[in-house]
Amino acid sequence: MSQAASMHGAVEPAESPLTPESWGKLGMWIFLAGDAVGFGTLLAGYGAMRATSADWPSPFEVLGINLTALMTFLLICSSVTMVKALEWLGKGDKTRAIRFLFFTALGGAIFVSLQAYEWTHLIHRGLHINGNPWGASLFGTSFFLVTGFHGLHVTGGVIYLLSIMRVVARRPSPAASYNAVEITGLYWHFVDLVWIMVFTFMYLL
Amino acid sequence: MATAEHKHPNYMAIFWYLAILTVIEIAVIYMPLAKFTIGVLLCALALSKAVLVAMYFMHLRFERRTLGMVAITPLVIATLLVFVLLPDGFAVMKRTVGVKATATEPAKR
Repeated sequence: MSQAASMHGAVEPAESPLTPESWGKLGMWIFLAGDAVGFGTLLAGYGAMRATSADWPSPFEVLGINLTALMTFLLICSSVTMVKALEWLGKGDKTRAIRFLFFTALGGAIFVSLQAYEWTHLIHRGLHINGNPWGASLFGTSFFLVTGFHGLHVTGGVIYLLSIMRVVARRPSPAASYNAVEITGLYWHFVDLVWIMVFTFMYLL
Repeated sequence: MATAEHKHPNYMAIFWYLAILTVIEIAVIYMPLAKFTIGVLLCALALSKAVLVAMYFMHLRFERRTLGMVAITPLVIATLLVFVLLPDGFAVMKRTVGVKATATEPAKR
């Protein structure tokens, strides 16, 4: 029986089949698989529209990749601070774990801010959701849809991280919040993983 | 206690791999290669980065193998979906190109 469950007096009916540590972890994995189908659908649709378009603009010439490369790097860094938070929590150091969770949330917040800056810049240059000066109007539509959907995930992740910081701070033993932080980490790394895909398929390719 | 802690892999090494792969990705698009080759290289690089994140950051390597099936399913579905969508896309392209051709014809006269 996990410590978290015995603390809350809940009865776990049976052990989760794929993740013996907790049902929550299995739940997060299944949610992420579903979410990944959502992103997969968007990217597959993007690929199909682009492949069958006669005047699709060259993304990395229109969008520019300097800022986005920095954003990619930032998100990878925030993934590292996330695993560090979990590592410190496993060692029983609550203060350091909370600090690294904060760094992770900060990385996410900076990412979203940079995205807002990038969007503003592109909109000023004429990239709109229903048209742009460079070619197929669906280019703008799909760009804002996919990066916006991802940006919303990052925003949600920042809120999630800040809430979980509070959970870690409130629970007396670091071990009691280990599982919750690990599940948060799964979500955060997933958002990073999706960005790796979006960066490659929508900016570089 | 059932919360068996994972053996923590060397996270900094994974970080450097990811950073280096990102730099290679950016280098690849400036290389004098065929568009198709660049596409294949970028897909391979992106997938290897995704695998690194899932395996080590998301600890998939240390989980039961069946959980990997849950993780891999969306990739399979998305890949299949591209091929499902392509025929529709090409049909639309054929029609719009045809429409454009007939629309320009009377203008010539």
